[in-house]
Amino acid sequence: MYPEELKYSKEHEWVRMNGNIAEVGVTVFAQESLGDVVFVDLPEEGSDVEQFAKFGEIESVKAVSDLFSPVGGKIVEVNSAATDAPEVVNEEPYGSGWLIKVELTDTAQLDELMDAATYQATLE
Amino acid sequence: MGIEEKLLSDEAQSTTEQLKKTVLHATHVESNAKLVPFGGWDMPVQYPDGIIAEVKAVRNSAGIFDVSHMGRLIFEGPGAETILSSITSANVPALKSGRGKYNFICNGSGGIIDDAMVYRTDEEKFLLVINAGNTDEDMEWITPHLAARTDFTMSVITDETAMIAIQGPTALEIVDSLTNGEASKIRRFRIGSADVAGIPATLARTGYTGEDGFEIVVPSEQAVKLWKALRDAGAKECGLGARDVLRLEAGLPLHGNDLTSDTNPFEAGFGRFAYYEAPNCIAGFALQQLAEKEPERLLVGFKMIGRGIPRAGLNIHSSGDDSVSESNRIGVVTSGTHSPTVDAGIGMGYVERKYAATGTKLVIDVRGRPVEAEIVDMPFYKRG
Repeated sequence: MYPEELKYSKEHEWVRMNGNIAEVGVTVFAQESLGDVVFVDLPEEGSDVEQFAKFGEIESVKAVSDLFSPVGGKIVEVNSAATDAPEVVNEEPYGSGWLIKVELTDTAQLDELMDAATYQATLE
Repeated sequence: MGIEEKLLSDEAQSTTEQLKKTVLHATHVESNAKLVPFGGWDMPVQYPDGIIAEVKAVRNSAGIFDVSHMGRLIFEGPGAETILSSITSANVPALKSGRGKYNFICNGSGGIIDDAMVYRTDEEKFLLVINAGNTDEDMEWITPHLAARTDFTMSVITDETAMIAIQGPTALEIVDSLTNGEASKIRRFRIGSADVAGIPATLARTGYTGEDGFEIVVPSEQAVKLWKALRDAGAKECGLGARDVLRLEAGLPLHGNDLTSDTNPFEAGFGRFAYYEAPNCIAGFALQQLAEKEPERLLVGFKMIGRGIPRAGLNIHSSGDDSVSESNRIGVVTSGTHSPTVDAGIGMGYVERKYAATGTKLVIDVRGRPVEAEIVDMPFYKRG
């Protein structure tokens, strides 16, 4: 449910590091709480986002929720598969349902995030 | 993410008061339903397969809904017809035995306190079904008007009975199989009695989804047995989330959203259900006056053209300007969702009359993002 290699925010987003590029998505808890995801609104590639700032919106049939970026930097890629077919966020939240890739300004930001066990403990 | 604080609709309103539970509550928990407060009741909003799967089941086969939270009143006696004529907008004397009619309970200004179904189950006996969340307001409104008469009795049967709706293209076949074919003798908008899976039941051939089906009233203690019999016969368990999508796709209004005490039946486009000629109808004079003038605003259905989902409370603006502002605001969204059946954002809202024609382009202010929409004829979905 909460892969060990990822870092987590209290707003239920995850981060996967590849060099200095952070891949960002929402957790299983988030997608299960939302229910069927039917709409994802993401920013333009090339725009900047600050750590913990809003970067988009995600909607299910019944609910609207803001997306907050667990890391800050330049958004180098957005996942058009998620905006075109939002159900991928329910189906593969840690895989093809990722949302944005951020080029990190400062890797020390990662210290502000939780490991899987700590995140999971916040859900109980 | 900020899920908890941003969940939409009154279903998510937190409440400190004790929530009521229907007799099927434990069955919903067993089925791992997600429960939410609704109209003072702890109700299933969805089951594990999710709202979209539930909507599809009702459109393609059949779904069951626990609607036991809805208020159920029996009016009986020689004066029952007269009293119902005075408190509802139905032409009750013209309602034949075994038939039902959609109607409004309106205040003295013609504002809609509630929408309801009235059924004549026998010559001098009626069933009135009202919304769960409005039961207290309805009773407060109705009760003083009852005191003047003694030739009828009113009994609230909400607790002693349960109500289960089965809806969808295979609903009739399922209920027929459990009633030895008795169900299909009850035609659309009619009501009758039969044993369903051996349980004595009242069956109304009505619903709130745009599909064929029944709303079945049984004694409380038999409700779990009926629920399981319908489920075993192939109907999928569905929650309030799916019910809200289905009714919106079918162009059916929801009281509290599309209808309120500040709106009247004519601006909502349901003047045909506002009969005001009964001599003793309390709202009769107000309704007649409203019927004789053009409403300033009208309830319309619209479909999103741009990317976005309409939600209740969002502002509607006229199209053609560069930006949305107070000066081009023409109305407000009262219901909205993503429709899995139409595969688009759909909604209802009130707009100024001159903007209410089919085909008119609108702009919905989706939390700061202007998104184009177009007025379309309702229903959004019609069964084939």
